[in-house]
Formats: sequence, C-alpha cells, structure tokens
Amino acid sequence: MSDHSTGHDVATVDTVGDPIADPGLHEHQPRPTDVDERAERRAERQIAALFGISALFALLFVVSYFVFKVGHRPTIIGGYGASTVALGVTLGMALLLIGIAAIQWARKLMSDVEIVEMRHPARSSDEDREIALTSFKQGVDDSGIARRPLIRNSMLGALAMLGLPAIVVLRDLGPLPGNKLAHTVWTKGMRLVNDVAGTPIKPEDVEIGQLINAEPGVFFEEKDGKPIYEGTPLQQAKAKAAIIIVRMKPGDITPSKGRENWGVEGILSFSKICTHVGCPISLWEQQTHHLLCPCHQSTFDLADNGKVIFGPAARALPQLPIMVDSEGYLVAQSDFPEPVGPSYWERG
Amino acid sequence: MRLLSARLSAKRRSPLAGLVVLLMGLLVTGGLYAVLSPATASTSEADQSTVAKGRALFLVGCASCHGKNGEGIVTKRGTQYGPPLAGVGAAAVDFQVGTGRMPMARPGVQAQRKKVVYSPEEISQLAAYVASLGPGPSIPSKSEYDPTGASNAAVVRGGQFFKTNCTACHNFAASGGALPGGKFAPSLKGVTNKHIYEAMLTGPQQMPVFSDGVVKPEEKRDIIAYLNKVESDPSYGGASLGALGPVSEGLTAWLVGIGACVGFAVWIASSSVRSKKGIKA
Repeated sequence: MSDHSTGHDVATVDTVGDPIADPGLHEHQPRPTDVDERAERRAERQIAALFGISALFALLFVVSYFVFKVGHRPTIIGGYGASTVALGVTLGMALLLIGIAAIQWARKLMSDVEIVEMRHPARSSDEDREIALTSFKQGVDDSGIARRPLIRNSMLGALAMLGLPAIVVLRDLGPLPGNKLAHTVWTKGMRLVNDVAGTPIKPEDVEIGQLINAEPGVFFEEKDGKPIYEGTPLQQAKAKAAIIIVRMKPGDITPSKGRENWGVEGILSFSKICTHVGCPISLWEQQTHHLLCPCHQSTFDLADNGKVIFGPAARALPQLPIMVDSEGYLVAQSDFPEPVGPSYWERG
Repeated sequence: MRLLSARLSAKRRSPLAGLVVLLMGLLVTGGLYAVLSPATASTSEADQSTVAKGRALFLVGCASCHGKNGEGIVTKRGTQYGPPLAGVGAAAVDFQVGTGRMPMARPGVQAQRKKVVYSPEEISQLAAYVASLGPGPSIPSKSEYDPTGASNAAVVRGGQFFKTNCTACHNFAASGGALPGGKFAPSLKGVTNKHIYEAMLTGPQQMPVFSDGVVKPEEKRDIIAYLNKVESDPSYGGASLGALGPVSEGLTAWLVGIGACVGFAVWIASSSVRSKKGIKA
C-alpha cells in the first residue's frame, strides 16, 4: 500500500468522487519457495535440470548434424528424412527448455512483490513547454537562417537536386511495355501442340470431354539447329500464349455473334491465363463445362464464350479462334483478338 | 545336299508341284496363326455367354439408373439420373465398378470410392456387356500401364506431364483437392496403376478425357511411373500433414502453434501457489 500512496505525490489524476472505492492490492502472501528452504532447493534443482537438458539437446543437434546424411541418399528413419526432423526437434527443444526454465525461475524464485506504477498525464507542464519554445527560437536566431537568404536558398536548391539522381535511377525500371501486353506469339496458321511433348493435334484425336494443355507450335521449332525461343524469352512468351483446348458436344455450345466459326466441331481453345491476376487455370469440369481458377475461385463457362459466372475476374476468358490446316492439324486463325491475362491500366 | 536339290529341281515342273507349294504355304500360315494369334479371337462363343451374364448382372444392379439397355434415364429437370452407357467402353466399367464408385449408394454430386461390390469376374462380365453396347476404350493391358523398370528420364518426363495436366485438380503431391459444389478431385494415393490409366482414358465424372491420341500410352505410363515414385518417396521434410499445402499447414500453425503460445502466456500470467506459513525469518 505504501507504493500506492507515494504515487499520489506526482499524479494529478483525480480519484475524488469515484463511486466505487479503490480496493488497492490484496495482501502479499509468500510462495512455498519463499518460506520453505527445501522447496526453494527443489525449485533450484528443477530449473538447473531444465537448463541442463537444453544444453544436452544443443549437443544432440550438433551430433545429428554430422551423423545423418543429406543430399542424394539421405538417412531415412520411419519414412522421414532423419536429418531435417532431428535438427528441428533438437534445436526446438533446446530453445523451448531455456524458455521454460526462465519462466519457472521467475515464478518460483525471483522476487514477486507487487509493484504499482501510477499513470501520469501526457501533457508537459507549462514551464517545460515555455523552455522548449524559447530554446527553439534561440536556435533559429543563432543559425541566422532568416537573416541569410543566400544560404537558405542554396540549401533548398541542394535538397531539391537530390531528387534528380532518384529519377534517373528509377528510369531503369522501364522502358514501358508498349503494346507487348496486347499481343502473343500466336499467328495465323500456327499449330496448336500438346504442352511438354509438342505433338500437333488432329481433331479426330480429341474426344468429347477432353482437355488438352497446349502451347503454340513455335516453342518446339528450331532454326539453324537452335530453338527459336529459349530461356527467359521462352518463359515470357509462354506466360502469355499458353492455352487449353476442350471438346464439348457442339449442341452444348452457345457462341456469341461473330464467334460461330471460331471452333472445330465442338473443339474450342481458350487462354490458360486467368483474367483476374494471371494464374494458369486448367480445372475443367467436363460435365458442367466450367473452368475454375484455383487461386481465387473465378469460374468461367467455356460453353458460353468463357463468361465469368463466379469469382473476382472481371473479363471473360479470351478465346483463340482455331481451324484445321491442309494436313488436318488444329491451327490458330489469328492471334487472340483481345489482350490475354489480367486487366491493366491502359486497358481500363 | 546337292543331290537333294537336284532331285527337287527335277520335279519342279511336275503338275502337282504348284498344289504342293500352295498346301505347304497354307499349312505354315495357319499353323503360325494358331500359335501367335491372341487367344480371345477364337472365343466368340464364350464372349456371348460372358455378355449374357454381364447383362443379367446389369439388369439387377445398374438398370434402375442407367436404363434396361444402358440408354440412360433423364430426370424431369432434364439432367441425367444415370448417363447413357453406349460407347463408354469396358475401361470405364472396369474403373467405375473396380474402384467401388459404381453402383452408387445413393444419388449425389459425385460417386465416391468405396468397397468393391462385384468380384473381378463379375466386373469383366459387366464390362463385356457394356462394351457390346457401342465401341469404346477397352481395358488396358498390363504392358500399357505397368511402369516397372521405368528409367529416371521417364519418371521426370511423367512428372512434367503430371504437373502440366493433373496438378491443377489433383494437387502437386497427388493428394487431391476441392472443386465447386461439393465435388472434389480424389487423392491418387493407393489407386492401382490400371485404374489411374483407365481414368485418364475415360474421364470419369467431372474429370476431362486424356485420349491416347494426345497423351500417348507411353506418356500415360510415364505419369504412372512418376505417381508411383511420389507415393514411395519418404517425407524428407518431416510430417507432410497430408501434403495439402496451405490448408492443413495453416490450420496446424493456427491451432497448434498459436494455441501453444496462448498456453504459455496463460502460464506466465497465472498466479503461482501461495503458502499459508509465516514469512521466512
């Protein structure tokens, strides 16, 4: 209670008129370890043992680091990679036991006398505020910033010029993409080929209810013994040009005006890039004709021109018009008639 | 030897020579055919009885939904009560009945894998009957789906095909995933190689078809080789929590991890045991 009363000297919090009297702190009672020497010793041993076991786990960590093999032929125990599990468990236990020992130490042996610290008002005293303002004014006078416009102006100019390096460096984030977002590598007559294998596709190979993850044929073509696309340019082109081919019963498809001849006997091709934020989508339910994006559950109806029927996507899935070439393989009629992938600034 | 050929050439112009050569040719061809031809080719009578037995089973177990001749039954709302079965092929029957999905216990959004009701022989009879309704994919042979002895390169290639075509629904570790409206892509763990092959070939329920013309049989086998490898691989990183990704891992972090932290906070803040004895001297 003494702490409580001393606190009143500095505090300005007014407790007069409080409808319920401040009960104060309950009477302090000692713990067994405060009064019983045997209990105190026992707690001491307990805490020391916890620290000891922690040290043991740290040693075990080092041992398992050297004993268990990693890499091509790792040590396997009980179906688990021994090294990862052992390192995790030993290091985790070592840290956990230090924490447990520290809590136990604080609860059993460290002083547990209640201390009260009173709350103070946040506003400084008028005196302190006066002193602060005076010293600030004095600083302004001493520097002479008001009397020496040449220095002031040159300083402001120097600070302003610091913006210039930043602008020059930020230029490297460019150049602007131009119309790259609006086009893909698809051109008239380019074959649709199966992804990974690069096999061209004939309509008679595609069954009703079939899904094909496909790419433009140019990704598998070579020129002078070298692939036309490889490395980063390949990945960038692939990120825009990837498609899926599906076949439905022709009677189930309701093409919108102008799209009547975009498919081949119920075979339609759509962009594989979701119009929401560009995840690759190929969760196609063959019976409902719905295509689901696994990222945010946007759902497109491929029998109805790729219309959005659920989820955050704002645009229908772009359709690639396809036809059959003279050798009977599926080819593109043109590039996508609209930009693929997520919306962007200039497109609105 | 020379004497023999001399004699033979002497008789070559005999009027019977042509006949003898023709007979010999026929004998050799016939004999070779008998030895090399597939056994099923000459068992049409047995086939007929298998189909008849299959039809008997079909009428009892399947016809209430699929119609007496497998023509399907349309509900009043225009949806399928049981789809028509002409052209689904023996492979579809072997998959649906062989994994216990058919017969369905009750109508629902999706037929689920459960205890197999029919014996292997009955399944082959049912398959023979449904296959007789219209041409469709037949049950694959062991050499088509058995990836035993697949090279590392084949497993890697199968992995590429799997990641391109299958992971969207079946998850990166083939442990399945959710689809809209209470449907789901099942886990591929513990599914036999034959059934995986048949599922790709026939596209059961919402699963799309991956026909042999596009995903070649050897590519399908590579996918199976990859799946077998994934299933037999130990979990190098410790408990995989079902390899379901952020769902099970997030749940564990929130419940077990944060739960433990809350437990420790309660322990730190709780008041400890007090003694009634007087203060130490």
